Amino acid sequence: MGATITLDFITHRFRAGGAPTLENIDNRIEAGERVALIGRSGCGKSTLLHMLAGLLLPSEGCVRVNSHQVTKPSAKWNMMFQKPSLYPWMSVQENAALGLLFAGQPKQEASARVSELLDKVGLHDKKDVNVQSLSGGQQQRVALARSLATDPEVLLLDEPFSALDAFTRSALQEDVPAICGARGITMVIVTHDIDEAITMADRVLIMSQNPGRIVSELKVDLPWPRNSSSQEFQTLRNELMQRFRDTDDGLSGRKSQPEPAVRRVV
Amino acid sequence: MSQSTTVSHTHSAPQFPARLGSWLKSAQYPLIGIVVLLALWWFGGWLIANNPDTQAFAAFAPGPTFEALGYLISSGSLWGTIGSSLYRILTGLFWGVVIGVPVGVVIGYFAQAMQVSNLPFQFLRMISPLAWMPIAVLAFETWDAAIIFLIVMASVWPIIFSTAHGVKRIDPNWFKVARNLGASGWQMLHRIIMPAIMMDVMAGIRLAVGVAWVVLVPAEYLGVTSGLGYAINDARDTLEYDTLAAVVIVIGVIGYGLDWVCARLLQRFNWHVE
Ligand SMILES: Nc1ncnc2c1ncn2[C@@H]1O[C@H](COP(=O)(O)OP(=O)(O)OP(=O)(O)O)[C@@H](O)[C@H]1O
Ligand SMILES: [Mg+2]
Repeated sequence: MGATITLDFITHRFRAGGAPTLENIDNRIEAGERVALIGRSGCGKSTLLHMLAGLLLPSEGCVRVNSHQVTKPSAKWNMMFQKPSLYPWMSVQENAALGLLFAGQPKQEASARVSELLDKVGLHDKKDVNVQSLSGGQQQRVALARSLATDPEVLLLDEPFSALDAFTRSALQEDVPAICGARGITMVIVTHDIDEAITMADRVLIMSQNPGRIVSELKVDLPWPRNSSSQEFQTLRNELMQRFRDTDDGLSGRKSQPEPAVRRVV
Repeated sequence: MSQSTTVSHTHSAPQFPARLGSWLKSAQYPLIGIVVLLALWWFGGWLIANNPDTQAFAAFAPGPTFEALGYLISSGSLWGTIGSSLYRILTGLFWGVVIGVPVGVVIGYFAQAMQVSNLPFQFLRMISPLAWMPIAVLAFETWDAAIIFLIVMASVWPIIFSTAHGVKRIDPNWFKVARNLGASGWQMLHRIIMPAIMMDVMAGIRLAVGVAWVVLVPAEYLGVTSGLGYAINDARDTLEYDTLAAVVIVIGVIGYGLDWVCARLLQRFNWHVE
């Protein structure tokens, strides 16, 4: 089951008294919603995602999952990184079962559950293989199975497909939101890629830089799976591009100038 | 979906002569090395025997040495000697690991600990373990304990440095992913850190075994009345040069064996796939 994520006026400074990296991030992500977070490199997307995962605490404000404040990592809100970061001394099966092992689940049960997930991500014939002999795409699939194995309420993805080839990427761009949809997992993906955002999300949040804020958001009301050559897709892509440019215009001025208005199109 | 074709290995039982042949082939260069070494030894023995000044040492030649070795083995007196030495080195290595691995993990994990300890450790490391002998004799009641202390002083440094190096080399994402999957501190140590550094720990132990074995023999010259070092000293005092050379052979063979075991373990813990 998914969970509601509340971002409650988050401001973050890496150095006390320094310029904020994130400022007044205030948003609510519904249970089972799939959200994409886009913005320029260095605007604080990863920082925000680490906070959702409990890997980093904001200097002000808080993150809540349902009504529970996030203060430490948990297998309930799980993150997938750009690199798969598998453990080379474990087999595919053992890697995928790691979260269950940490949770103290008996080996038999864990193994049955993981087998099923590996089937789902298309690795049924690789269970006992050493992860170092897998391709990048296959490794990222193992990481996906590992994240799903603990039955998370929230799946956080930090540019997880950027190192993959185009075919693997587009397959996963379709599979991951489908899996999350089927299980009602709340999904947040950070990406540079506007097409990826529209392909995977119900809603796109656009961040500005210095300080990092959510300046704009856009609902993606298209049928699944998304068809990137459709007219509606193109229209949304143009709209997102336009807003990106607006964000930049707002940033080219001095900080003391009036901030760009937050536009909400629902 | 990948349609992987499984290559079926339909080897019939390997034929014995073929296996022996391939074994001989792989062993041919080491065998040449051993033959050359024996030839040089024999030639040196021949020179010594033919020089009136050195004739007294003719028992160092291969013939008398292997005869003495045969006697040491058949009389059974060798096993007690080897046992004493192995007991000391294994006990010393045990403490070297028990102290070295945790210290290595700490200084590898915490940058400050590394900075604080680097200078003193590098300083202590360069002191020959044998230089601690007088202190060891004062500090420990038995000679055995003193020698074990020297072995610890010899073996702890490579283990510390190699372990620390291994910990520093751990991909930081491995920690992040494990924390994210809900690993407790103990699980992090047991499931992530230890397997990740096992290879480096073994490499450190292998170096430590080399140093410790070299240090053990001179350490056993002092005080004790058992062990390979004592046997050498004893043979010298009684002018039994053939026995002395036989003990040297035993030291070399056991040292090689210890290193071989370490190399196997290192291979066992190596998770890199070529
Ligand atoms: N641990 C840290 N200490 C100090 N500053 C940091 C730290 N981590 C990130 N920053 C700074 O915070 C800002 C945001 O970083 P972040 O990694 O969140 O950006 P990002 O939007 O994910 O960028 P990218 O798209 O390149 O991944 C950057 O200016 C970065 O230099
Ligand atoms: Mg980032």
